[in-house]
Amino acid sequence: MSRVDQGRRQILAWGAAMAGVALAPGVTLFDLAHGRAPTEPASSKVRWGMLVDLNKCASDCDACVSACDKENGLPTEKTATSAQWIRKVELKDMRGQVRSLPMMCQHCAEPPCVDVCPTGASFKRADGIVLVDRHTCIGCRYCMMACPYKARSFVHEPTTGQRPEVPRGKGCVESCTLCVHRIDRGGIPACVEACAATGRQAILFGNLNDPESEIAKRVASYATTAVRADLRLDPGVRYVGL
Amino acid sequence: MRGAGTFTGRAWRVAAKAALVVALAGSALAADAPSTRVPLPGVTAPAEGTCVEDTEFMRRNHMRLLVHQRDRTVHEGIRTEKHSLANCVSCHAGSKTGRVTGSKDAFCEGCHRYAAVKLDCFECHADRPAATASAAAPPAGGPK
Repeated sequence: MSRVDQGRRQILAWGAAMAGVALAPGVTLFDLAHGRAPTEPASSKVRWGMLVDLNKCASDCDACVSACDKENGLPTEKTATSAQWIRKVELKDMRGQVRSLPMMCQHCAEPPCVDVCPTGASFKRADGIVLVDRHTCIGCRYCMMACPYKARSFVHEPTTGQRPEVPRGKGCVESCTLCVHRIDRGGIPACVEACAATGRQAILFGNLNDPESEIAKRVASYATTAVRADLRLDPGVRYVGL
Repeated sequence: MRGAGTFTGRAWRVAAKAALVVALAGSALAADAPSTRVPLPGVTAPAEGTCVEDTEFMRRNHMRLLVHQRDRTVHEGIRTEKHSLANCVSCHAGSKTGRVTGSKDAFCEGCHRYAAVKLDCFECHADRPAATASAAAPPAGGPK
């Protein structure tokens, strides 16, 4: 590793450390105080959500995608059938303006994937995170058909090298878990962390139910967009500048 | 008929002696006998008394603990370590193989092969501790 790389890594590390520090009085990048006791179940008092600022999201950056792959042990060499939990999408409007946005499970309050699941494997946790219980999933892929965001993937091939905290295997449907294993320990999703480390800080993570949280304040004060708002699914992932 | 009856009686006596020998072997086995003609799973557990529950309890009930913990973890987000599969693996992977599956020496697979009980946890779950999970190259085909 060259000295330049070392310097860059140091800056990235500082960036990650600074991300938790107050940017201005009352304004933080994310809420740190969401810890609960290890024996306490997830509560509906909390609703986890993300706010993605597309004015800060660059089309040539895929830090969130690679961080997700690394965190969740997804294959780095992609094939046509590889699982994809988060992807970058380019949108071009009628005037030719291009927007790049990360698209993943939107963690809907009214998730269609849960409605259609024949076994109850697809479920919404008390704190709003939509998950697949792989112990119950039979791989019918009905949820993939129901999801308007194409957020779910089916695992077609045998898996190896899983991370202990993120079990995954052939024959199940899977999608973004909002890094639930990190959240349960008081952390933040890997994509949010990676985005902050690039200095762009386009993704804000927090509790939508807490009116004092930064994300709730921004959702209340700025124009935010829910993708396919016409479906009235009330997604937990919102976009600014779409 | 009479001869056959005598033969049957002799056979019973032989069988009783054989049963006595097996019982003695069994009791000797219980007292840490080093060698026996009865095949045993060739797994070695970490030091006695270091498990989260008694050995006898774990032999019969480990699957119940795991199922209970799994539902609490997946649906409620309770990630206590005591009865978690990752905690089992981190101790039982052992220094010989570094994994809990893949061979008859591995702790989980060795005993499950012996008892002829299908083990499918590790089709999805990591069969080695976190430290080596990403470092070790995954074997071709994955855990069986």
